[in-house]
Amino acid sequence: MKSKRPSVTGNRPTTRPSTGATRGASPTRRPMREPEPQPQRQQLGAVQSKLRFADKFDAYLAHHSTSAVDSLMRLLETPFQSLMTWLVIAIAVAIPAALYVGFANLQHLGENWEGSSQVSVFLRPETTNARAEEMRTRLEAREDIAKVVYVSPTQGLAEFKAQSGLGEVVDSLEKNPLPGTLLVTPHLQDGSDAAMTLLEQSLIADPAVADVRLDMQWVKRLQQLMILGKKMVFGLGGLLALGVLLVIGNTIRLAIENRRDEILVVKLVGGTDAYVARPFLYTGLWYGIGGGLLALVVLGIGFFWVSGTVDQLAALYQSNFRLQGLGMFGSMQMVLLAGLTGLLGAWIAVVRHLIQIQPR
Amino acid sequence: MIRFDNVSKRYDNGFEALSRINFTVEPGEMLFLTGHSGAGKSTLMKLIMQMERPSNGQIRVDGHDLNRMSSSQIPYYRRNIGVVFQNHQLLFDRTVFDNVALPLQIAGLPHQEIGRRVRAALDKVSLLEKERLNPIVLSGGEQQRVGIARAVVNKPTMLLADEPTGNLDPELSEEIMTLFRQFNEVGVTIMIASHDVELLKRMNKRILGLVEGKLVHDGVLW
Repeated sequence: MKSKRPSVTGNRPTTRPSTGATRGASPTRRPMREPEPQPQRQQLGAVQSKLRFADKFDAYLAHHSTSAVDSLMRLLETPFQSLMTWLVIAIAVAIPAALYVGFANLQHLGENWEGSSQVSVFLRPETTNARAEEMRTRLEAREDIAKVVYVSPTQGLAEFKAQSGLGEVVDSLEKNPLPGTLLVTPHLQDGSDAAMTLLEQSLIADPAVADVRLDMQWVKRLQQLMILGKKMVFGLGGLLALGVLLVIGNTIRLAIENRRDEILVVKLVGGTDAYVARPFLYTGLWYGIGGGLLALVVLGIGFFWVSGTVDQLAALYQSNFRLQGLGMFGSMQMVLLAGLTGLLGAWIAVVRHLIQIQPR
Repeated sequence: MIRFDNVSKRYDNGFEALSRINFTVEPGEMLFLTGHSGAGKSTLMKLIMQMERPSNGQIRVDGHDLNRMSSSQIPYYRRNIGVVFQNHQLLFDRTVFDNVALPLQIAGLPHQEIGRRVRAALDKVSLLEKERLNPIVLSGGEQQRVGIARAVVNKPTMLLADEPTGNLDPELSEEIMTLFRQFNEVGVTIMIASHDVELLKRMNKRILGLVEGKLVHDGVLW
């Protein structure tokens, strides 16, 4: 029996038909499960087993790639159905992503304002420029103040005239309605509300001061609102992700039912659960990734649709603010996340349904 | 090769498919399993295939104690047993070649090795020229031969066949039996379930006779 092996294994593919008889006739003589030893490797036991492991690993990788390609091909064989599923996923992904982009832009805007955090100190109308200048130097000497700029009523009016476009109306005014203003940039270690209030109180104590405005308050409120909004985006995103899981889980369940016979046969001839599950897991991954890519397209279209309007709006506010998209990294993250969600959905379906299919 | 010790199988609904079965099959033996439908032939085969677990008793196959086998080991165990079904269980979404290649792909053999072995097995059952066809266009006898090629392609030590000639006329079933005999001659242990009395007489091999789940006969002739 040993002498037979080399003749069997040594045959070149060109002599296939003749191998047939010998080969079919010799299935039994080897111990179970041991793949046929190859003649040139026979003397080197350790090397042989190493190579055989390499062969098995190659086959494992090969099954991964064939599963990946086959499952993608299966999806493309029914393009309409697949497109529907991809669209559902794309919508579920695009909605929270669009909201996320919107909030990120608002936050960006808020940060710009925060950088220009200022306290406006309005002086009483009767305050002279000299008195105001004296106040300016006095305040600037304080430790909790970084910088003070004095805008006299005349300067203020000129600025207003230039920026508002209401030049003629302003010219028609009998007297300048604007008070002198000190623009105070605080220099606070912690920037907390309490410190700001303290500064505000000490400023308003001066008899020449009519009013003090903290420009920061509404920015803070906006930030709180945005934190709330972001939480809502995550909540919504979570719900929609659950929806994606259910959609993909159900689609995979149907795919499993459709291939029930095949699964039974594969399990009977020794396919492991992992082997049987692999193509379905790839199907889930493709659903997710396809949905993510489609969501990217949807977002891109929406972005170009909105960004023109935003630019015009920004121009009206003399701002150089530009709408920011997800960016390269964010887009990749979104597609990856969608893919992982698809994989998870498929995995749930596989655990629930595939494992239960056992040959009876 | 196979040893049943006091094996019983009772289903959840209380039906006792097998009761207190004892027998031993030596390596390289070829034997038949007979009895009316419902006598327990299929259940016995399923127990060997680990598609069912016995309610009682011990089964040893090729040194494995089946009661002690975890479900994750079962796939690897099954790779050493070739099975042939009455209804072939072929997959009609792929070619004859791919049907036969399935056990080898699962076992993770290299690509060229799969090609060589599949063609060898198809050559053995004289279907080499039909490797590219879809099995659905083949005749019943040809489909059964594809099933046999798939069962032996992984060079199992044991072959189980459940009514392999059930739907075939005598001439074709003779062909199939000749194939089995040839595998047996090179050392494969073969167990065939059949209720075809004429066939059993012609083959003149050891027969296990089941009646209502009990082993009532073990020997060459009735």
